[in-house]
Amino acid sequence: MSDLSYSSSFYEFLKLNQGGLPIKNNKMEQIVHGTTIVAVAFAGGVVMAGDRRATMGNYVAQNDIEKVFPADDFSAIGIAGSAGIAIELVKLFQVELEHYEKIEGMPLSVEGKANRLSVLLRGNLGLALEGLAALPLYAAYDPKRESGRVFSYDITGGRYEEHDYFAVGSGSLFARASLKKMFEPDQDSNFAIKIALESIYDAAEEDSATAGPDMARNIYPVVVKVDEKGFEKIEQSQLTATLNKILAGRKNRPDGPIARHS
Amino acid sequence: MSVPFYVSPEQLTRDRADFARKGISRGKSVVVLQSSEGIILVADNPSKALHKVSEIYDRIAFAAVGKYNEFENLRVSGIRFSDMRGYSYDRSDVSARSLANAYAQTMGAAFTDALKPLEVEIVVTQLGQKISEDEIYRLTFDGSLADEHGFVAIGGQADEINQMLGQSWKSSLDFSGALKIAVEALTNQANADQEFDALNLEVAVLDRKKSGRTFRRLTVEQTDKLIKKS
Repeated sequence: MSDLSYSSSFYEFLKLNQGGLPIKNNKMEQIVHGTTIVAVAFAGGVVMAGDRRATMGNYVAQNDIEKVFPADDFSAIGIAGSAGIAIELVKLFQVELEHYEKIEGMPLSVEGKANRLSVLLRGNLGLALEGLAALPLYAAYDPKRESGRVFSYDITGGRYEEHDYFAVGSGSLFARASLKKMFEPDQDSNFAIKIALESIYDAAEEDSATAGPDMARNIYPVVVKVDEKGFEKIEQSQLTATLNKILAGRKNRPDGPIARHS
Repeated sequence: MSVPFYVSPEQLTRDRADFARKGISRGKSVVVLQSSEGIILVADNPSKALHKVSEIYDRIAFAAVGKYNEFENLRVSGIRFSDMRGYSYDRSDVSARSLANAYAQTMGAAFTDALKPLEVEIVVTQLGQKISEDEIYRLTFDGSLADEHGFVAIGGQADEINQMLGQSWKSSLDFSGALKIAVEALTNQANADQEFDALNLEVAVLDRKKSGRTFRRLTVEQTDKLIKKS
């Protein structure tokens, strides 16, 4: 209780007590994996969406897992990779940001938050090299720039700021290719939500570890929005109309919307 | 060879208590009140940087008077204690009662073992779903722990303020009503003819309507508006 010298980092404090992310497991094939996570910037904010499938080897381990979370009031984190590590990483990151905010009486800057996530990832490097990697996608509203920002990471904690859109996970290549053809700058959040859902649909068609919307069970991708009003999870009822439109469009043209030619 | 002076334990304890009391009585007061809308914490504190009330966890807040460096250290320890618990177990396993117990141990140990006792008095409070489930714990410099109901004042003029609040506090008060009687009690004590000024107040609430992190600081404008509402 009476440790006089302190930093505002919960992670540093935790390392003294427990030594970082506390996970060890050698049975690789039993590790749950995912995913496609996408982030799309719009005018004044950013949208993040993630599919709902978790796989264990060839099997579908869970069909309604959530992989996109609030990091704090003004940012979202989505995760791909070993589910156990990934969810622990999110939990630790959430406490890390809240801990700083409470001790200092003000939130970290967006860069500060993105950098802290790097440090947490680097702490998992040993396990990541053994195959237990978790890779986050971080999206935040930056009040200084009045816009959304997106950061991607590698397993060594490398932090890369992305522009306009990005995707991580096993289906990310397909989602990124899809977003590349659909993204338009300075659109509103509805547009960003629409192309994010389209890109997950495209990824689900090519990647067996990614699921599209399950209309029979009402299991939709998780979609969140971060803007000047803060973090908001988009209600399922709000997504239904957009998803129905996408499905109707795919009935006419299964490959999705055609990119416009100039 | 020199022989050390003998000081009886009674004398030693009395001296330490007098020392701590003197330090605390010099400072301004803080009041914590229950209300129908939640718990409100009001400090007579003109500083916008050095806080006397602050957030500990989802439904737990902290208020303190006395030496700033000493209670700031307790505040940080409390946040660490709670975050560590919530991270290791679950957010719902963090309670004001266990935190108050940890504080009591620390402050009690400092009172007997340290070179000088802590010159602080603190309140740890937890918001319930209903007003009857709210918890308020008052901790004094020697580690004594008291369970309070309705309201509590700590600091220089605690006794007088507690007496005034005893006449005006009702469980049916909302935030604005509770703030009003808190300000009346604080200003009547500090200086009878001193005009109320929201600039000199630090106000925060644990809001019963919110879920998750319920702690919210009020700005000077919000405080002004709230007090004029009643």
